[in-house]
Amino acid sequence: MISQTTFRAGLLDPSQPVPEGLSDGENRPAGRRYGVYRNNVTVSLREALADGFPSIVGLIGRDNFEHVARAYLRQSPPTSPLMMHYGATFPDFLADLEQLAHLPYLADVARIDVAMRQSYHAADSVGIEPTALQDMDETTLLNSRFTFAPSMILIRSPWPIGSIWRYTLRGGDKPTGIAEDVLILRAEFDPEPHVLGTEGADVLIALQGGHTFREALEPTGDTFDLSTLLGLLLSNNAITHVSNAPIPNQKD
Amino acid sequence: MPDATHSFPHLPNAPGVGYKPQHFSDILENPAPVGWLEIHAENYMGDGGRPLAQLRVLSERFPISVHGVGLSIGGEGRLDPDHLARLKHLVGWLNPASFSEHLAWSTHDSHFLNDLLPLPYTKDTLSRVADHIDEVQETLGRRMLLENPSSYLAFDESTYTETDFLAEIVRRTGCGLLLDVNNVFVSATNLGYAPQGYIDAYPLDAVGEIHLGGHDEDEDDHGAPLLIDSHGREVVDPVWALLDYTLAKSGPKPLLVEWDTDVPDWPVLADEARRADAALTRVLA
Repeated sequence: MISQTTFRAGLLDPSQPVPEGLSDGENRPAGRRYGVYRNNVTVSLREALADGFPSIVGLIGRDNFEHVARAYLRQSPPTSPLMMHYGATFPDFLADLEQLAHLPYLADVARIDVAMRQSYHAADSVGIEPTALQDMDETTLLNSRFTFAPSMILIRSPWPIGSIWRYTLRGGDKPTGIAEDVLILRAEFDPEPHVLGTEGADVLIALQGGHTFREALEPTGDTFDLSTLLGLLLSNNAITHVSNAPIPNQKD
Repeated sequence: MPDATHSFPHLPNAPGVGYKPQHFSDILENPAPVGWLEIHAENYMGDGGRPLAQLRVLSERFPISVHGVGLSIGGEGRLDPDHLARLKHLVGWLNPASFSEHLAWSTHDSHFLNDLLPLPYTKDTLSRVADHIDEVQETLGRRMLLENPSSYLAFDESTYTETDFLAEIVRRTGCGLLLDVNNVFVSATNLGYAPQGYIDAYPLDAVGEIHLGGHDEDEDDHGAPLLIDSHGREVVDPVWALLDYTLAKSGPKPLLVEWDTDVPDWPVLADEARRADAALTRVLA
């Protein structure tokens, strides 16, 4: 009897022999017929990774990507039948690969690909009307807390990952050497990466953490462009709720 | 999520196609002769976004068949309760005309291998598969269809023919069958038997749907033909002939054209559906 443990062992490890007890229907050993399953598993997982990481395919080339993907899929086959989630740990795998150490930004660019897919499949939500903030008096606005769309994802990096991602997939201006935080927003169905300044990312993280608008803005300098950040969030339906609950024991 | 407002209780005896998002506009504007659509369950298990929005629109106009590829019904372990719950959720809000899965396994030790892996046809396999089908039908509250695999090899330990195995599964569980005639042709060629003989021995009364698809050609170690079920091209003439042979015995059935890799533009897929439509017309003549 061939257990599924035995059958599986050779699927992701070509050094394993073809299991005994399998034939071509005419009592000859199965040989490369077993290889069809081996090939199906490897190719289907490799293609899923290539589809999921277009920017990495673009950056290191198709041949190198297939080599790296094969190593990853053997080490980390999917843990769920939802292939839309496969590869979530691929950026960490890339970060640890010595042969790619000369491309230190690669893992963070791969995180954009992961986040684009997450955002695409995230729950739907309805953004607040842009006028909702304009109609508020300043004190109320400063004491507000925001809830954001599940499709909004922020990625921070010491590398110009937004420009590298865009240049690799869409061309245009060559990336500069300036660090970029990337905010992925999905106005309706199509996620889009936007480059944020460091202060904008700090403000967003504070707001995501449940701080009031006043608290989130406190550390920012005079040059911080609040209206651009709010305009970006509002036009992409990223703010889904504003809570104006009064703060207890307010002194001013 | 709101329930689908239209519900279609059955798949029609008409041609359908495997749904691909790039055909969304074409299908809404010019579906003929396609009368129903099949989706892969796992692609619609996200939380939201375009896939679910498109599915809601399509389900208003077309009967939908939900075809699972990840339940691992033949697996040695228990069915993944999380995956079964996701399936129950999808089938619950969509209320599709049909649900089907494969006589195969794909998950082992919590690793999903993304392929339909083969089973020996033994008493042990039979009772395990029957138990799993009972669990699926009980959880979903509906009868499911089970699809015959494409085989590239045989297990020495098998004691049933595939057709006897499927007939016994139907008898024990009350499930229906999804007959893939391309898979029959692929398996028959690869294992050296006559595909018509398979159809003659197959429990056609239980068939709720027929699949058609394209395959690739390769060779084994001895130079014998080895066909690969790839769903990446047109259905070949001998498979259309096998469909005619089957329909002559079974009467009209819902026919599905599968095309999953190198997906063509809509007119090419619609032409394949037209060929399926012609086969249905012939059997009614």
